[in-house]
Amino acid sequence: MSITLTLLGQSIAFFVFVWICMKTIWPPIVEAMEARQKQIADGLAAAERASLDLELAQKRATDELKGAKEEAAALVEQARQRAAQMVDEAKEEARAEGAKLLEAARADIEREVNRARETLRKDVAVLAVAGAEKVLGQVVDAGAHQALLDDLAQQL
Amino acid sequence: MASGGPLTAEGYIQHHLTNLVYGQFNESHARAQASCQEHCVAVGDWGIAQTAEEAAQMGFMAINIDTMGWSLVLGLIFLFVFHRAAKQATTGVPSGLLNFVETIVDFIDDLVRSTFQHAGNKLVAPMALTIFVWVFFMNLMDLIPVDWIPFVAEHYLHIPFMKVVPSTDPNITLGMALGVFMLIIYYSILKKGAWGFFSELAFHPFPKWMFPVNLILEGVNLIAKPVSLGLRLFGNLYAGEMIFILIALMYGGLVMSVAGGVLQLAWALFHVLVITLQAFIFMVLSVVYLNQAHDVMEEH
Repeated sequence: MSITLTLLGQSIAFFVFVWICMKTIWPPIVEAMEARQKQIADGLAAAERASLDLELAQKRATDELKGAKEEAAALVEQARQRAAQMVDEAKEEARAEGAKLLEAARADIEREVNRARETLRKDVAVLAVAGAEKVLGQVVDAGAHQALLDDLAQQL
Repeated sequence: MASGGPLTAEGYIQHHLTNLVYGQFNESHARAQASCQEHCVAVGDWGIAQTAEEAAQMGFMAINIDTMGWSLVLGLIFLFVFHRAAKQATTGVPSGLLNFVETIVDFIDDLVRSTFQHAGNKLVAPMALTIFVWVFFMNLMDLIPVDWIPFVAEHYLHIPFMKVVPSTDPNITLGMALGVFMLIIYYSILKKGAWGFFSELAFHPFPKWMFPVNLILEGVNLIAKPVSLGLRLFGNLYAGEMIFILIALMYGGLVMSVAGGVLQLAWALFHVLVITLQAFIFMVLSVVYLNQAHDVMEEH
């Protein structure tokens, strides 16, 4: 159990092994581990960001849906108003038309009445004379009473 | 149990604690002397020591083939497994081996980040990983029943000795500690300059005129780092191995075999904790020492 060359042999082996470990073993393993750590950290950050984005998108979708609903409601309301307005206009028009027709009918009637009156005026003298003849039993000279007959006809 | 021939408890233990040594024969070896009868060698020849005594006589010019070899094999297993994982490294979903390796790398990385405060050093973290896994693997050999590998080696491969736990060999633990020590010196001089490093040793903690005392104090402090680092690991694992050997000696007879089995299981379970802890301590202290080497002291 004396100290021999083995001591130096082991020292040399120690340096060689440490050197090999330092050159070929340690760096790739540690680099891979660090790179993986970074990758995982990045992945987690990305996931966080994505979930935030999702939340935002959901919020925006809800907002847009709400906006669309409001717009649709406004459109429906507008349409309803327009329909009511159109109905009113139609009614108004119909009323005006009716009034115009009524007016025309009245004018017609007036004209008819006037014509009938004119006819009656023409006939009244004859009828009055005929009546008076019946009553008096003699011929009445229409010319003598022309003024009276005209006055009668005028009263109609 | 191992080894043919008359077997004594002492011989069994001795056998388990002897390294397979490849070294240089010198004048003190019986086989290299003129009186040699068989298997003779010449002075200066290199060869495998056949007895513990021969190994001891070789002195410094010897290599423990078994512990050195197992240490290299385990280190290469570490490099192979982790290198495969490094090739698979992906930013996608990690699976199987990569997952396992990343757990360890992440653990070491966190620890080094919290212990080592100087940014920009690309060596400390991989060094900590290498130390932790390699020392853990070396310690793990302690959990293989003590006779398995030596038995196979002796009876099938005709190898006289086989110590399989590298961290029970002070050469191995002190060798690693020496590596760490050289890094401490290197970074101390790199960060503080040669003069800065010297003044840290000489002008602290006492005033400048007492620098011989300072040098002795700080020098001891500096030397104690690698020595304690290496000896702590060695001591713990050597003691653990010794207890496994002593438990292995109990086998024989029904009652003693059952008791031995229970004891071995209990000690192995406890030892799982010890080997992990010792690997961890070796690594943490290495990182702490290197952190201190990077600390530039304020002027006194």
